[in-house]
Amino acid sequence: MWRQWIPFWHEGVSPYGGDVDLLFRGLLVASTLVLGLLLFLILLFCIRYRAGNDVDRENHEAKSWHWEIGWTAASLVAFLGLFAWGAAIFLKIYQTPADDLSVFVVAQQWMWKVQHPGGQAEINALHMPINRPVNLVMASQDVIHSFFIPALRLKHDVVPGRYQSIEIEAMRPGHYHLFCAEYCGTDHARMLGEVVAMRPADYAAWLAQQAPSSSLAQQGSALFRQLGCSGCHEGSSSIHAPRLEGLYGKPVPLSDGSTVIADDKYLRDSILLPRSQVAAGYQPVMPSFEGRIDEAQLLQLVAYIKSLATVKP
Amino acid sequence: MTGKNYLTDDYRLGSWFTTTDHKRIAILYFATLIFFFFIGGVAATLIRIELATPGPDVVSADTYNRLFTMHGIIMVWFFLIPSIPNTLGNFIVPLMIGARDLAFPRLNLASWYLFVLGGSVTLFAIFMGGIDTGWTLYTPFSTLYSNSYVSVAVTGIFIAGFSSILTGLNFIVTIHKLRAPGLTWYRLPLFIWSLYATSVILVLATPVLAITLVLLTAERLFGVGIFDPRIGGDPLLFQHLFWFYSHPAVYIMILPGMGVVNELIACYARKKIFGYKFVAWASLAIAAAGFLVWGHHMFVSGQSLTASLVFSFMSFIVAVPSAIKVFNWTATLHKGKIRFDAPMLYALAFIGLFTIGGLTGLFLACLAFDVYATDTYFVVAHFHYIMVGGMVTAYFGGLHYWWPKITGRMYPEYWARAAAILIFFGFNLTFFPQFVLGAEGMPRRYHVYAPEFQIWNVLSSGGASVLAIAYLLPMFYLAYSLFFGARAPANPWGATGLEWQTSSPPPRLNFDRQPVVDGDPYDYAHAPEPQHV
Repeated sequence: MWRQWIPFWHEGVSPYGGDVDLLFRGLLVASTLVLGLLLFLILLFCIRYRAGNDVDRENHEAKSWHWEIGWTAASLVAFLGLFAWGAAIFLKIYQTPADDLSVFVVAQQWMWKVQHPGGQAEINALHMPINRPVNLVMASQDVIHSFFIPALRLKHDVVPGRYQSIEIEAMRPGHYHLFCAEYCGTDHARMLGEVVAMRPADYAAWLAQQAPSSSLAQQGSALFRQLGCSGCHEGSSSIHAPRLEGLYGKPVPLSDGSTVIADDKYLRDSILLPRSQVAAGYQPVMPSFEGRIDEAQLLQLVAYIKSLATVKP
Repeated sequence: MTGKNYLTDDYRLGSWFTTTDHKRIAILYFATLIFFFFIGGVAATLIRIELATPGPDVVSADTYNRLFTMHGIIMVWFFLIPSIPNTLGNFIVPLMIGARDLAFPRLNLASWYLFVLGGSVTLFAIFMGGIDTGWTLYTPFSTLYSNSYVSVAVTGIFIAGFSSILTGLNFIVTIHKLRAPGLTWYRLPLFIWSLYATSVILVLATPVLAITLVLLTAERLFGVGIFDPRIGGDPLLFQHLFWFYSHPAVYIMILPGMGVVNELIACYARKKIFGYKFVAWASLAIAAAGFLVWGHHMFVSGQSLTASLVFSFMSFIVAVPSAIKVFNWTATLHKGKIRFDAPMLYALAFIGLFTIGGLTGLFLACLAFDVYATDTYFVVAHFHYIMVGGMVTAYFGGLHYWWPKITGRMYPEYWARAAAILIFFGFNLTFFPQFVLGAEGMPRRYHVYAPEFQIWNVLSSGGASVLAIAYLLPMFYLAYSLFFGARAPANPWGATGLEWQTSSPPPRLNFDRQPVVDGDPYDYAHAPEPQHV
């Protein structure tokens, strides 16, 4: 019972969680030693050299710069060590996501909407299998939120107008807090959720039990037709528009001579701001869908276009 | 007691509001700041009462959000930033360097009026219904989503910024041009060095805040797309601009405190500050390097990993001069002849609390730990250790130290020691539990929280009630001393420094004849003995 009040008593459950915990303990030990030394010296001097105490105060004017160089160098070396330690783990936390299992997260005032590739959708909860990296693609519908799972020792802001991809992995099954850590308005403190890490078999059962009528890509496909995208981007349209089959992940030559990789961000920008990056050889005739679809629908469209990656044009 | 002093020079009320005397303007600032400290304190009290239990039981979520925003805005811009510079600095700087006044006395008065105007506009916004963006005003929440008086409050901060800039300018020119004959740079008390460094930041950083607030208002009122991605802006641009000011502003809020502590330690250890030149240049090093670390507020914002690495590295570098200062203060105590008057108790408390604040700053500069701890109570505890444990403690220390000079009266020593000790304990009880909360993962700015966090919140709220009483104590006994305190001699502490060579309180023009300096500062080997009054 009392153990729950001790911070970091529960080990982090992500692959690097132990590293972060060790770093925290290292920082604690180092600062306790420094603080202890200082307090000891201050106390010692205050008692020994209190006014009225008759002790030797003969000033041996030791060359002060010896001490100065000494403690400046010591601080610098210690600080650089801590910097390198923290940086090494940091790079591990935010390694480039291996494109394994992708789950989409939309943050909005004041809830977390989660969409799985199979079409399962949930609110304020994220089910995931253990021991398998999950690539989270996160977007915000309105203001800045921050996706924070203390047990995974992980946090990342969700900034509107862009996708953030992070990789998360849990090593032990359990229910973990999901907090919004960036102040986002009235019910910021109630923008909570839980991450449910499950054994692979349980996860598969959960996915099956949620039994969606259609996958995320299928939902995107329906939206693709409903919004009229298919009129230009499909079949034998009379309008000259790029075909989307086999597009995802490939380089796209642009009209200004540069080339971009057709990733999530490029697709998102092309739907919302079609004139910002026009594919070479095409006229900038596509209308913007800014304000007409929300982040969740955008993610469905992106999932659909992604699903066309393996289709031959 | 010959002739008139600056207080008895003119008794009419109007003479106070048209005065160009730096000492009277310091008193005007002091009265204004007590008022703002009280308002910010009331907000803090309500916050701590609400957080004593996990549920929502005292105020609504919207009210809570307005409370912590008001607490932050008032305490940062209307108390901490002007605290030591505009009261103690205003009063002491000309006396310390042997000048009759600041370089631009009328500008000094104008900056007080600007401050009052800015403060009034901000208070107006608060009493109209408040502002709920947090003091950090992050976009696009502040520009397109908040239904509160953002533009009005921001206008108040914008106006008060000019008061900061003018004060900084005034100090820089004064320190360059008005030093007494013989008072070379390395003979200056370290308080002057740190206020000089502070002034450089005030002059260079505050305009960036002003521009940022103008851009914010332009987007909010006229829909000019700067920060909101839906109209072509970038939310992170705001954070870069805001922290480019607000991180250096942290040093505005601590350098003057360090300056005061130098004076106190030298006086009550009766020794020259160990490593004087290192401490002096450390202030300027902090001011300069402090401009290059703003991105450490944005490690999880989506800025590039490379940027995060550079900002983390620079944050460790900027900690070095702070460490140098702490070591030098400790070394100053060695072979001193230490007396424990109330100001010294505050100075010792400062060293302990500032060191804890500084060390936990290293935790947060450490990338992998910051990913976990940023935007949790760990950050809240850390910056309160620096700003309240550091700056406010130093402010109280300086206030007691110079109280006889300012008022001509001695404060009651036993009460003052009791208050200093109570503040130390109340402070630690309030804010240390918040480190634990942060390490357990409780996010900041939460109106309600998970039940497992309650125990530490209860401790923190309990500590806050001790702290509130401890902060109120000096108001009573200092007010008492104004009327019943013993008359102060010119130099009750036997301190060096030119301000102690004139009468207490000083005459209107500070010195009866121009002081001349012919030796090093802190020459306590030849200083008079402290007088027991």
